[in-house]
Amino acid sequence: MDLKTLIPQKLKEKFPAVEFEITDYKDELTFKFDKKFVVEICAFLKSDPELEFKSCTDITAIDWATRKNRFTMVYNIFSMKHNFRLRLKADVDEADCKVDSVSSVWRAANWQERETYDMYGIKFNNHPDLRRMYMPEEFEYYPLRKDFPLMGIPGSLPLPKK
Amino acid sequence: MEQLEKETDPKILQALLASRNDYTIEDALENEMILNMGPQHPATHGVLRLLLRLDGERIIGCVPELGYLHRGYEKMAENMSYYEFIPHTDRLDYISPMANNVAWVLAVEKLAGIEAPKRAQYIRMMIAELARIASHLVAVGAFAMDVGALTVFLWTLREREKILDIWDILCGARFTNSYTRIGGVANDAQPEALAKAKWFIDQFEPYLAEVEQLLNTNRIFIERVDGVGVISKEDAIDLGFCGPNLRACGVEFDLRRNAPYLCYNEMDFKIPTYTEGDCLARYFLRLDECRESAKIVRQVLEKMPQGPVHADMPKQVLPQKDEVYTKMEELIHDFMIVNFGINPPVGEIYHAIEGSKGELGFYFVSKGEGHPWKCKIRSPSFNNIQSLPKLVIGHLISDVVAIIGSIDPIMGEADK
Repeated sequence: MDLKTLIPQKLKEKFPAVEFEITDYKDELTFKFDKKFVVEICAFLKSDPELEFKSCTDITAIDWATRKNRFTMVYNIFSMKHNFRLRLKADVDEADCKVDSVSSVWRAANWQERETYDMYGIKFNNHPDLRRMYMPEEFEYYPLRKDFPLMGIPGSLPLPKK
Repeated sequence: MEQLEKETDPKILQALLASRNDYTIEDALENEMILNMGPQHPATHGVLRLLLRLDGERIIGCVPELGYLHRGYEKMAENMSYYEFIPHTDRLDYISPMANNVAWVLAVEKLAGIEAPKRAQYIRMMIAELARIASHLVAVGAFAMDVGALTVFLWTLREREKILDIWDILCGARFTNSYTRIGGVANDAQPEALAKAKWFIDQFEPYLAEVEQLLNTNRIFIERVDGVGVISKEDAIDLGFCGPNLRACGVEFDLRRNAPYLCYNEMDFKIPTYTEGDCLARYFLRLDECRESAKIVRQVLEKMPQGPVHADMPKQVLPQKDEVYTKMEELIHDFMIVNFGINPPVGEIYHAIEGSKGELGFYFVSKGEGHPWKCKIRSPSFNNIQSLPKLVIGHLISDVVAIIGSIDPIMGEADK
């Protein structure tokens, strides 16, 4: 069966309580669902013998700036068995800026989530080592948020300790 | 320890001490030591910083620290048009800038629905493969230099210079090329450039054999890298290894074959794999890939079709300069594209190519404006460095140098 029909069917069977918003743009299948189910769905997609999404290519977030749910988490995952790329999305509100970490599912997600935390300030529950990836630990801002100016904030980068 | 606490960030120190392992050697020094390697260290290939926790000379903990070359390219990409960012892609993986150019324009073309003419695609394939050879030559040379064989580095760089000469003819720049354009390439490949590429491929393989001769029979080299830094197939996939490093673990995965882009499905080439997953396998694999790339370049040069190198879409593809100066329509289009960008439709795409280091992908979110709303660079080196602690733990400190050299990280790309 075609994966584009198989995956939605399987997910709906397995998670009847979850509402999926499915889009197919330029031959890329995207699922959007509530952030509560991220870990469960990722673990299912990875372990299901017919799908085997064993590699987590990329994790990032989008800052929509003015929308009600300000952030959207984006997971690009890949199945080497089928050569199939899938994208998962989950909205995150600024007031509750937390998502469950998927680093227990794919270990590659560890750094990718750290980078997302560094750039957008989204916190990951149960992450083994949530530190900033690129910016120094004392840095107070999140650079890829749309309200961070392109030129940076003068004085925001502290000099190294003597 | 007090001194260390004062100088090191507490969170980094905590991460380092948390990775408690049971590697102990009888009768070794009883006290553990924490060693700071890099960012200014010749064997860390740029500005990679490693904090190593040592028991005697054996490593029991490793925390890589990134960000010393962080220039905020994703933020910059959100504030400039798709054309303006092409020169910045040169600075990502600065060892093979041409491959980055190709990756960027392919992603933008997918977003905007442009298809480049056949000749442009062939030229792109040629430069991407030459870039792979150039990158692997540096990787092999620097790797050998790290473990003490200095001559190889000079030999491989001599070969790499010849590729840089081809790029000099092709686009006028040796290092930061910015040769590709959305919908084509900057200018048609000159006959001299193609002839030079042909000449290079013909004379290249004997030289590669010389390099092999120098290293494969060198007992010191082999003993320093054989069986060092082993990673299993499952771990490699789970930790996000990609590119040559992944194929050296026995996973036959290459985006040129598994998700073909450009005209790779018309080419005849093999995907070399090794099953050992150690430093030696990664070195062998890079040499094999050089040969396969040379094979592709040869086929590309034979099959190269004639024709235009720009897609005929005046609203999205920059016109040639001589037309801009003489024709009104082209002048208007040039003005509009340069000032307001190409405005691809609302949507989001991810496109990845098999870059020299692995899967190099770009994820765009477009709101229909001239600049991307969001641009994420999926860099292979970043994901490769992530498995470094897994590779080095349990080895001696001199092996760290060999392991870093064998996974070939480029910090410009890992730090973005």
